[in-house]
Amino acid sequence: MTAVTCIELCKTYRQGDQEIKALDHASIDIGEGGFVCLSAPSGGGKTTLLNAIGGLDIPDSGEVWIAGKRIDNLGKGELANLRLHKIGYVFQAYNLVPVLSARENVEFVMQVQGVPAGQRAEKSMAILKEVGLQGLEDRRPAEMSGGQQQRVAVARAIVSRPALVLADEPTANLDSKTSDALMELFVQLNKTHGTTFVIATHDQRVMGYAKRLIKMLDGRIVDDIDQQAA
Amino acid sequence: MNIVLRLAWRNLWRYPRRTWLTTGAMIFSNVLLVFMISIQIGTYGLMIDNTLEALTGHLQIQAPGYKDDLKMRQVVPDAISLAASVREGLNLQTVSARGAAFALASSEDRSYGIQVLGVEPMFEPGVSSLPGLTKEGRYLDDANAAEIVIGSVLARNLRVSIGGELTLLGSGRDGSIAAGIVTVVGVFHGGNKELDRGIAEVPIGYFEDTFDMQGAAHQIVINAGDYSKTEQLVQQANALLPADSKLVVHDWNALQPGLRQAIQADMGSAIFMYAVLVVLVAFSVLNTQLMSVLERTREFGIVMALGLTPGRLGRLVMLETALMGLVGLVMGSVLGGIVTSLFTVKGIYVPGMEEMAGQFNLPSRMYPQVSALTLIAGPGIVFLFTLLAAIYPAMRLHWLQPVAAMRAA
Repeated sequence: MTAVTCIELCKTYRQGDQEIKALDHASIDIGEGGFVCLSAPSGGGKTTLLNAIGGLDIPDSGEVWIAGKRIDNLGKGELANLRLHKIGYVFQAYNLVPVLSARENVEFVMQVQGVPAGQRAEKSMAILKEVGLQGLEDRRPAEMSGGQQQRVAVARAIVSRPALVLADEPTANLDSKTSDALMELFVQLNKTHGTTFVIATHDQRVMGYAKRLIKMLDGRIVDDIDQQAA
Repeated sequence: MNIVLRLAWRNLWRYPRRTWLTTGAMIFSNVLLVFMISIQIGTYGLMIDNTLEALTGHLQIQAPGYKDDLKMRQVVPDAISLAASVREGLNLQTVSARGAAFALASSEDRSYGIQVLGVEPMFEPGVSSLPGLTKEGRYLDDANAAEIVIGSVLARNLRVSIGGELTLLGSGRDGSIAAGIVTVVGVFHGGNKELDRGIAEVPIGYFEDTFDMQGAAHQIVINAGDYSKTEQLVQQANALLPADSKLVVHDWNALQPGLRQAIQADMGSAIFMYAVLVVLVAFSVLNTQLMSVLERTREFGIVMALGLTPGRLGRLVMLETALMGLVGLVMGSVLGGIVTSLFTVKGIYVPGMEEMAGQFNLPSRMYPQVSALTLIAGPGIVFLFTLLAAIYPAMRLHWLQPVAAMRAA
């Protein structure tokens, strides 16, 4: 079964008098357990495609299917519900809630999901240990390094074991050592839990971890490489 | 503590100065409201009790129609024994029969039209403050003596003093001429010019003889002690009336409609002032929460991307406001209660208010009355308007698009 299917997606933004084609008839299929990198220069459409897959942005035309369900015609509430239960998001700028500690940030999404307090505490402690943040659970984002914050963001994204994790430039603000550690964590989660990863990046090192590399240019899919076969 | 509650609380204290300024406005207005409402309630209570205790009482038994048309023939038959049975039935000593007639009172030099009240000397002090305000001479003590107690202004107008004689000339119950000569035994200083100028009291026995009342009177006056007990006493008094009588029981509202109107007029202007205060606080909250929502646009975009619905975020904003409002409510009520309590014993003196206070039988000092109502009513309304003010900032989140919000600076 495919985890993600995008059919002929188009999205145009207006910037002053100029029309920018962020997506131009982009179509992709990603199977369950896939580990895919979307690669494009800045403005190439990778973030727009990621947002369309995550239901954060509605394409002008085309269809988006997640786990066999069409999502581009869903309402705000249904999309939010889909993101809450099926999709984990990792952002370039970590995007943690500043007034909550690492553990609270991880627990927050679970609380919204309605997970009981005992389970929340147990799962959040376990996942923070898994991402190497044991002992830092009570620190707030401002008291942690960029790498630590990104690991909290990853922990928050995967704690509910979503079928699909979308990551937008997850290593952009990290040094190479931390980037490698993060990518190894992604690979491990992909292997052990079968989580599908779609990562937007222009970092060559990150692309090296992907099983499949999809290249974009001006909103179009220009190349689709099976790196395992290569 | 629930994470959403914790998040709301911590969000409030991201900018402590702003939160304290808004909460401070709430606390200040709540203290002011508690104080002002306590003063109002205390003053109204005093105003009602003092006005009614002067003469009217909290309720009266009368013949139907007498209240609106004070005709001599509209009487309560066998009034003294009815008063006695009401006293016994209500288990209340502050019940007294009273007759009333208009008469021309003449001294050697002058004549004035007055209202002559025939009172039971033994029970009148329980329903009226005038006997206690008889500063010159003495009050009536014999139910049949040809004696009179008059107001200080009337004494001055008639140029009569203790021991002087007055001639009364009026109409009896049957329309005949009623006339008598009475000796002034006391002069009261009621503090109200209307009373001091136009009222005189004679013993009820003498009144009956002079005005040919044949055992009847015009009012059975009942002093409830506290105006709040009036309603209950009206029901009890009605039950005590003879089954075949057409007598009616009026409460103070019906007897003194002007008093209620004066209170309502005062309350109307006070409510307007309170409304202005509450609206100002509400705008302060609106400003704070709107700023707070606008500067967290990006953060809201992120949590929406994580799967939170705008509705949940709206509830978070409402929860933050409710927490701030609760701090304002609790601190405002407690501080207001403490400040107001300090004045409950000594009262508050407002220079230049004596004359106006006197018109309503009020003392020159105002005494606030602290109760659960005065502590909660004002702050409760502020809390409600605080929540209403947060609806718009919370509603804005419904129009937020996650991608656009995350791009916000």
